[in-house]
Amino acid sequence: MERRSFLKVGAAAGGSLLIPVFGNAIAAEELLNPMAVQFKKSLADAAMNAATKAGASYCDVRIGRYLNQFITTRDLNVENIVNTESSGVGVRVIAGGAYGFCSTNIMTMDSVAEAARQAVAIAKANAKLQTEPVQLAPVRGVGEVAWATPFKKDWRTVPIKEKAEMLIAANKAGMDAGANFMQSMLFQVNQQKYFASTDGSYIDQDMHRLWSPLTATAVDKATNRFRTRDGLSSPVSMGYEFFDAKPENKFKAAGGVTTLYKGAHDLIEDARAAGRQAKEKLTAKSVEPGKYDLVLSPEHLFLTIHESVGHATELDRVLGYEANYAGTSFATLDKWQSKKFKYGSERVNFVADRTTPGSLACVGYDDEGVPAKRWDIIKDGILVNYQATRDQAHVIGEKESHGCSYADSWSSVQFQRMPNVSLQAGKKPLTPDDMIKDVKKGIYILGRGSFSIDQQRYNFQFGGQLYFEIKNGKITNPLEDVAYQSNTQEFWNACSALCDERDWRMGGSFFDGKGQPSQVSCVSHGSPTTRFNGINVINTARKIG
Amino acid sequence: MKMLNQQEAKAVCDKVMALSKADECRVQISGNRRGNIRYARNSVSTAGLVENTQLTVSVAFGKRQGTASVNEFDDKSLEKAVRRAEEVARLAPENPEFVPAIKTQLYKSSNTYSAATAAIDPEYRAEVAAQSINSARKKGLVAAGFFSDTTGFETVANSNGVFGYQTLTNLGFTVTTRTEDGRGSGWVTRSANDAAKFDAREASDVAIEKALKSVDAKALEPGRYTVILEPAATSEIIGRMFGAFDARQADEGRSFLSKKGGGNRLGEKLFDEQVNLWADPWNADVPVLAWDNASMLARERTDVIKGGKIESLDYTDYWAQKQGKRAFGRHGNMIMSGGGKSTEELIASTKKGVLVTRTWYIRMVDPQSLLLTGLTRDGTFYIENGKIKHPIKNFRFNESPVTMLNNIDELGKPVVIGGDEVRFQMMIPPMKVRDFNFTSLSDAV
Repeated sequence: MERRSFLKVGAAAGGSLLIPVFGNAIAAEELLNPMAVQFKKSLADAAMNAATKAGASYCDVRIGRYLNQFITTRDLNVENIVNTESSGVGVRVIAGGAYGFCSTNIMTMDSVAEAARQAVAIAKANAKLQTEPVQLAPVRGVGEVAWATPFKKDWRTVPIKEKAEMLIAANKAGMDAGANFMQSMLFQVNQQKYFASTDGSYIDQDMHRLWSPLTATAVDKATNRFRTRDGLSSPVSMGYEFFDAKPENKFKAAGGVTTLYKGAHDLIEDARAAGRQAKEKLTAKSVEPGKYDLVLSPEHLFLTIHESVGHATELDRVLGYEANYAGTSFATLDKWQSKKFKYGSERVNFVADRTTPGSLACVGYDDEGVPAKRWDIIKDGILVNYQATRDQAHVIGEKESHGCSYADSWSSVQFQRMPNVSLQAGKKPLTPDDMIKDVKKGIYILGRGSFSIDQQRYNFQFGGQLYFEIKNGKITNPLEDVAYQSNTQEFWNACSALCDERDWRMGGSFFDGKGQPSQVSCVSHGSPTTRFNGINVINTARKIG
Repeated sequence: MKMLNQQEAKAVCDKVMALSKADECRVQISGNRRGNIRYARNSVSTAGLVENTQLTVSVAFGKRQGTASVNEFDDKSLEKAVRRAEEVARLAPENPEFVPAIKTQLYKSSNTYSAATAAIDPEYRAEVAAQSINSARKKGLVAAGFFSDTTGFETVANSNGVFGYQTLTNLGFTVTTRTEDGRGSGWVTRSANDAAKFDAREASDVAIEKALKSVDAKALEPGRYTVILEPAATSEIIGRMFGAFDARQADEGRSFLSKKGGGNRLGEKLFDEQVNLWADPWNADVPVLAWDNASMLARERTDVIKGGKIESLDYTDYWAQKQGKRAFGRHGNMIMSGGGKSTEELIASTKKGVLVTRTWYIRMVDPQSLLLTGLTRDGTFYIENGKIKHPIKNFRFNESPVTMLNNIDELGKPVVIGGDEVRFQMMIPPMKVRDFNFTSLSDAV
């Protein structure tokens, strides 16, 4: 499930604070000055000692410093630039077989020790209601180690002027190309996370992420119609070199309908196309509802993967821990145990992977100190595994965790979150243009649009940004008002072709919401362009008073 | 940092403004202590306590402005925040849409604080979970629930003399109870500022009853039905509509409230005349802060839809000045009038229809018509001759709140409802609506 609570950080400081900014990076030298590792180790030891003394059988400590910068622009104005910094300590314990958690933003030995004692008190209160004790899969302590997102250019050192000019240039390009209004944003995230546990790990990690969403809006006042086209880029876990798109990072979509990107993004070029296409959407043909073969581009398919496979194979949902909120899953344990549950056609292979470079869920270690890894979820169409944390591994007979623990803040308790879950490319050479040659009546869909799926990840409805009619093997004209409805198992069993490795690329989201209190995580999903036969398409056009 | 009282909060604001060398300075401080307990499979899964206080400072040199936020409050950190904001502002060109800091506002305080809620401790939370779990277990059901409570304060100040401080409390509770075989599921939600108005056992019993009644759901053909929507089923459908009440969007031609040929549809009758909606920060059931943190403008009691007519739109300072209108604080609550009937009484007067407990995963499909999609969940029933005849499988809907609020047959008694994905505290009635558009079936329970 995707949420926008992350945006509240910017919005809280925004509103009427409309700020255009051109200049150098703000206090870059200070932002680049991380907290001393030895200080963090001392804080962690203070918390762990206090927890153990208070009766905890296990304790982990997460010390976080979160630096964000948001730049929002509207047309030719920079609306807002907000720099946020948040730091604090979260302490999780097991006492009496139950979890307890407490966090504080006061970074002193006394304060973290008090938080640890409070966490133990909470655990003991919970233990009265515990039906079975928490059972953690073993993790070998790794001592003092460090991991960082590989990058070439640190966003914190890039002058704000340069960033703002890029966004304004993008807006101008979109408006010159036909949009009446443009909005573009730049989200920049640095998570400095220190993890320590009574298992003997002291892990210092430094994560960097970027996203530059844009929206072009075209308005026809005479008909009172308006249409939008969002950007076709994806958020990434890499440095500011993401915006240095080279020819090898660009390629044409099937039929040359638009330019797509891999490994870098040309924001201005994408905005120009968005402006032109938003205007074209005003006069595009409204779709005839019915059954179509859908050719889905990775920039679109990632979200369908996220909702119908990523969330459905989370073990906490399967077991019922999300029953009250994000829901359970149709992919129940008996289906997995049967070893023959046909999740998709035999060509469907999904891999969970926290090690893919540039992916949003790529880390060195998860928030329980488990090293990042890769494993099969669906193999040759059969459900073969789930996503698990330390306290779930025993349920599926595994001796170690999959490393799926994550918390979105020092103040949030860590729990099971999905790694990058990706559809593997087809084994035979196939390009999107080749794929379309075999389609008699179809629709080519690009970009993420509206999305909704039921609480067991079965019935879904998805829209996109760009739709093109396919007739007798050729792309004919743009379409509008398209959404497709299906259920997860029927949809993945209708998968009839996958493009090869050359076409494989990742989409992703900064705002995957789950849990109570709700937390957001970020995750990537890779796929090639993929075809699904005979999917139900509805027309979404409506008239109101 | 501990919770700040009014004098302490004012001292921090004054200190920050004194540190600033800019022409104007705006400060916002939010502090809170949030406790929670989460349970599933009839056992507590997590519980926690989070304390945090965050300061946001925005400064301006002429029409050049910069913003920074921190959650540390020692003198060095406060100065760091101010200098960061100033550094941005000094580098900024003039913003053509800059609006100077507002002048002193009259913040008539609202009753947002309850000592009973502020006194909630881990034992209270554990007792809530215990009551809920034990009630479910007695009926052979499995409970998954969440209880959270917040105690905090908000402060705003600027160098023109604006100052506001208010404490607030809130609690929220939701529980899903499911049959062990997964064939039945029920849910309930409760929200209150005052813990004295909350009863975990009463709420849990509602979810239990729904779970037991929802077993063996039958499939009903998708199509247009008369529906009785419980308040939790419409809170987010309606809540999302208000995101499109922005005056600028409407004036610019990119809203359902845009007028053909230009301008907006203020004053036009777009809904059934039974539809009356307003915001009121001082409402005793859903009190909210007397100001809007982002703009610092005072909130006002404001009719939004009256007798089905669009009565007001949301103006930012900038757009209000440009259009010659008056801006006031963005709303924090939404209240909808209704009748005196309970949901059960609405069912009793229905010949054929569908009762919807809860809607789920609602997303915008088309902003032109405000078409939304989503699903029913945790208790959907077929009504015949004034009675619930049997449970039915869940539906996906594709419907616009504009259409929905034009098809009202009858409204029930409003209740307080906590929205999950909307920013408003709400008090809205159950509704009986004609021709609600269900487009497909879901097998999910």
